[in-house]
Amino acid sequence: MKQFRVLGSGCASCKQTMAMIEQVAAQRGVAIGLEKVESLQQIVAYGVLSTPAVVLDGVVVHAGGIPAREQVEQWLA
Amino acid sequence: MTMLYQHISARFLAWGNSCMTGHTTLLLLLAGPLWLLIYLNLALAADTLVALLPIEPHSHLAESLRFFVYETPKVLMLLTAIVMIMGMVNTWFTPERTRAMLSGRHEGMGNMLAALLGVVTPFCSCSAVPLFIGFVQAGVPLGVTFSFLVAAPMVNEVALTLLFALLGWKVALLYMILGLSIAMVAGWIMGRMHMEVYLEDWVRDMARISADFRANEMTLAQRLHAGIAAMKDIVGRVALYVVAGVAVGAGIHGYVPQSAMATLMGAEASWWSVPAAILVGVPMYANAAGIVPVVEALLSKGAALGTVLAFMMSVIALSVPEMVILRKVLKLRLIMLFAAVVAGGILLVGYVFNAVL
Repeated sequence: MKQFRVLGSGCASCKQTMAMIEQVAAQRGVAIGLEKVESLQQIVAYGVLSTPAVVLDGVVVHAGGIPAREQVEQWLA
Repeated sequence: MTMLYQHISARFLAWGNSCMTGHTTLLLLLAGPLWLLIYLNLALAADTLVALLPIEPHSHLAESLRFFVYETPKVLMLLTAIVMIMGMVNTWFTPERTRAMLSGRHEGMGNMLAALLGVVTPFCSCSAVPLFIGFVQAGVPLGVTFSFLVAAPMVNEVALTLLFALLGWKVALLYMILGLSIAMVAGWIMGRMHMEVYLEDWVRDMARISADFRANEMTLAQRLHAGIAAMKDIVGRVALYVVAGVAVGAGIHGYVPQSAMATLMGAEASWWSVPAAILVGVPMYANAAGIVPVVEALLSKGAALGTVLAFMMSVIALSVPEMVILRKVLKLRLIMLFAAVVAGGILLVGYVFNAVL
């Protein structure tokens, strides 16, 4: 099962990013783990400079904005 | 009002998404000339529309309405075009790349480069902390980081577009040069004061990392899509501020008597008008989109340019919410110093302009 983490300190785009991953996963019938990381220390530990960022199985795959839908679909493919 | 707005922007986003999948380039090729055609005829359309209404010409109401009907679409259209282009430009200047360019720079040149990069690097105050830490961790000097942090929110495409649309290119250029100067000098001063001890302990004790970055090779189509995404995001977010700001501006235009602001904010006003404008501006948290139309209206009623620019800069550059966020990484003393140095720079700009112009 793919483990997603959305990094961000609670801004609107972070919530939208979470919702999009959830939605695409549901559409494709893929089971995923989805977790929100709000602690600054943890966010910084991943080395991202701008949020929201997405971590997939421990690797930062996106940072600085809501990801494109196509991108989310690629992660779930 | 908010519900309606959310509904409209949701529809707009849905429409945008459906277009994205199709022939984006073709659509843009068609949109360009159409944009120009509408933009060039806005004044005529606004005049015609206001003339059609059963309002006495040149009355207060007619003046206010005309201002609103003309300026709102004009500002929104310019904003849409420029934000999209800047969204594409931003794809070349990711924060990671900017950090790599600034890492290990010396003061002086570093401050200058940081302020300039602040203009073209995408920045949102909600990312201020990760960005700050990331910079410091990778060996960007503290003063250089501050130059970036001052310039990024103050001198941005939204502020410049609105100044250009409502006050002309000279004021926009002036604002840009002054904003960059304040960012450079304020950052340089803070660097000279060696404030590293006033970082929060956990920030100071973090392991250093290298500023290497992998260049993200994007195709032109991907950059175009990023531009469109930025346009939808930013215009969607500031559109309401633009409309509200222009509405307030329209009210001032029609109803506040000419030269009403001359005694309060004019060039002949007393010495305290500039610091007062800054003090009023700091707790106000509005973005450039909402504040520029009000600034334009104040100017037309006799306020002095220096006082008004100082007001605008303090609203945008010194915001209480951002300081609350930065408190997580900076000790109170350093935040106070940061605010004081930036406010001092703005004060100087206000006085110099009132004296020269």
